[in-house]
Parts: sequence; structure tokens; C-alpha cells
Amino acid sequence: MRIGVLGMQGDIEEHLAMLNEIGVENVRVKSIKVLDTVDGLIIPGGESTTMVKLLKITGLFNELKKRIRNGFPVYGTCAGMILLSKKIVSHPEQDSLKVLDVSVNRNGYGRQVESFVANISIASIGGIPFKAIFIRAPQIVRIGKDVEILATYNGDPVMIKSGRIFASSFHPEISKDTRVHEMFAQVVKNALSC
Amino acid sequence: MIERGTWVVKEGFADMFKNGVIMDVTTPEQAKIAEDAGAVAVMALERVPADIRKAGGVARMADVGLIRKIMKTVSIPVMAKVRIGHISEARILESLGVDFIDESEVLTPADDKFHINKYDFKVPFVCGARDLGEALRRISEGASMVRTKGEAGTGNIVEAVKHMRTVMDSIRKIKSMAVEELSAYAKELRAPFELIRLVKERGRLPIVNFAAGGVATPADAALMMTLGADGVFVGSGIFKSSNPPKMANAVVQSVLHYDDPAELVRISEGIGQAMEGQEIETLSEKLQERGW
Repeated sequence: MRIGVLGMQGDIEEHLAMLNEIGVENVRVKSIKVLDTVDGLIIPGGESTTMVKLLKITGLFNELKKRIRNGFPVYGTCAGMILLSKKIVSHPEQDSLKVLDVSVNRNGYGRQVESFVANISIASIGGIPFKAIFIRAPQIVRIGKDVEILATYNGDPVMIKSGRIFASSFHPEISKDTRVHEMFAQVVKNALSC
Repeated sequence: MIERGTWVVKEGFADMFKNGVIMDVTTPEQAKIAEDAGAVAVMALERVPADIRKAGGVARMADVGLIRKIMKTVSIPVMAKVRIGHISEARILESLGVDFIDESEVLTPADDKFHINKYDFKVPFVCGARDLGEALRRISEGASMVRTKGEAGTGNIVEAVKHMRTVMDSIRKIKSMAVEELSAYAKELRAPFELIRLVKERGRLPIVNFAAGGVATPADAALMMTLGADGVFVGSGIFKSSNPPKMANAVVQSVLHYDDPAELVRISEGIGQAMEGQEIETLSEKLQERGW
């Protein structure tokens, strides 16, 4: 099993380091050729506007959309979640992959001085609280009926799944906690065996 | 219990800029061009460094009204510069809500001995450095991100290359040193021992390190990425070129494809003239010498 990290822009190395730590083979994905070699993909944090532009130039935009719709496992953190979402309420002019039935507000919790760390509980990874780091994070303002909430903060969903699509508005890759990455690796592994 | 403005939030934000390009802008219109070209952030300032050089006099923090307009115009993060040691300019920018402060040698220093204690602020800071010792001194004062100083406003990459190579060379040395040799090296670099030990442990700078000062073409940006930069600042290079939207987009793409010459050929074609460059020897003042 091999998991890719979308390599357009952002904290790509931090996700790769997490995958190394849990012993999962990994690679930075900058082209369709490399995308062909992975069984699942993480879309990192970074600038969503930058990533969308580069995805289109490299031709990965349509390719990803098609594969994710066909059940290819994907996990988006922060900007990654924005890219997956169906609607960006705060910036309707901004394009996204529209594969996850949620509406988000970019920087919904404010600018950088409002960025924060909070302990949240993620039932599917066990009872110990997860130190979730929110950086100019997107806020989920609507979720579709097929979307399952995995964690909340102050009543807002902050981690969700729909089929094999996972997303979080926070950044597990810059915490020291590998549990979310382990969970996603398990999803990719299960997808391979069915 | 939630925390704001802590180290993990500040340093973590800098991680999000990685593999990206941050562009100097002087108007809301320029900020929009930068955003549309794929910049990960903009640096709001009154004049680009090339014009600061020409104008002479004292260069200060940009007008608050201008920064506010730029913050309203773009959805990407907005940075702004303060003079070295100018605590009050930094407090003003923090209160205004800028996302990152550059305590920058490009502006005229306000303090000729000390930099700002950046731990005192919720907003993260980036600072310039010419070598590893300077970078680690800035980190010990609370900087969440460093950049090479290069020689801003010249369109000449030679100083940025020198500074990046100097930093990387010291890191390589530390990696191969025995632990008992580290404290002598810390003294030589005038850097805190604990940070030198952290560099050895991680095999790299403990925070994000961008290239800056003299980037004028997509090839310049690719070169800095090849030398180990985490990303690139472009100052005068975009809006002093003949076609800013094309140049801006080409630089963004070159940071992604820095290791793919065929892509760099495609990216470099038909983007107009780069900014005019200057020989370092002809400069009456080197901005890089500011900072202590």
C-alpha cells in the first residue's frame, strides 16, 4: 500500500513525515503519472486558491474529481477540505472539486491572530482527546445527509466523512499525534482488499 | 481550554506557506494580481524595495489605510513590514489583524542594537538572516519563520544564493559534528546552544526557511528551491517586470516544478522582460548589513 500527498503547495513534507512515522510507503504527487501509483491521497494544508490553480494547470483537477467520485480514498486537511467541498459560501467565485457534500466558509474562525488549538474528541480513534490545531481554518456551515460527523468543536462539525472521503478543518500533521493518519491508512488498506 | 497565539499556531501557520510564493504589493490592484496568479500570501508595503533604494530617506511601516484596503481586497494572508526593533509599529499591525509581520532590514532600522521580542506577540514574525547564527538568534527572539536576506531590490540573485548556501553549509557541518563539538560551534555562530542541538536533531532549521532578496525570474525561484528553500519571496521582481500577471504566475509554477527542466522551459517562455538588475558592487548601501 502506498499513500500519496498532493504536492501542489502547502505542508506536504509534514504529511509525508507522519506517513513515515506510521510506516506507510508514501510519495509527493505532482502529476497524473505519480497519482497512478498511489492507493489513496492526502490533500495537505496550504492556500486553497493556489492549489486550485496549479491543479488545473497540471491536469490533476479533473483526474482527481473523476477518481474520487469512483471511490478513490482521499483525506483533506484545512485547505484540502475546502478543495473537496461542494460549496465555498464565503467565496462563491472559487472553484473546488465538489466531491464532498458540505458548504464551508474560508477563514470561518477569523484571521491568523484568531487561530487556535483545542482538545477535541474523535470517537473513531479512541477516547483520548486530540489536540486539534486550527489555522485560519475553514468552518463547515452545512452538511449533506450522506455526510457523517466524526468530531465537533463548539457545535460545528470539524471532522467529517462521506464514503471514502475524509476531511478535517484542523491539521493533525503538525500535531505529534498519528492517530488520524493511522485511521486514514486503515481506510486505504480496507479499500484495497475489497 | 483553547490557546491562541502560541508557538504551535504561529510556526504551524508558516508551514502552510511551504512550496509557495509570497509577493510584495503596493496597491489593492497589485494584491489582486498576485492572488490571481497563485501567490500564497502578499506583503503589503508602500514601495517595492527597488523604489525604496531609489527614494532614499527613512523607510517606515506602510500606511495603515493601505494595508487595510489590501486585507479587504484579497482572501489570502496579508503580511506587512515593520522596522527592526520597532515594537510599536508591530503592535499597530497586530491590532490591525495582519496575518504575519516581517521585521525587515528593507525598512530603516528603528533600533541599532536589538530586535523585537517576538514571543510577546500573538501574531507570527518572519525575519531575515545571512547565516545560521543570525537565523537562530532570530528564532531565539521568537521568529516563526526566517528568510535569506539576499540583497533586496537589485534583481540580482547572487546574495540570496550566498546566504542560503551559508545556512545550509552550517547545517551540514552540525549534522556531521560530534555532540561535544556543538557548544564551541554555537559560540562561533553566536547562536544558542539548545537551538544548535535542535538543528542536529532535526537535520534542518527548526522552522520554515524561505528565500528572498533578488529573485527576478522563474529560474531564480527554481534555483532557490534547488538549494533547499521551503518557498520564495518575490519583492520587486513581479511588479518591476514588463508583464506582472504572467511573471507572477510563472514564478508560482516554477516553485512547483523547480526540479523539472522541461516544465521550466514551458514556464519561462513568453513571459516578457524581467526587472532590470544591478551589480552588488555598484550599490551605495547594502540593506543586508542591517540586523544584529
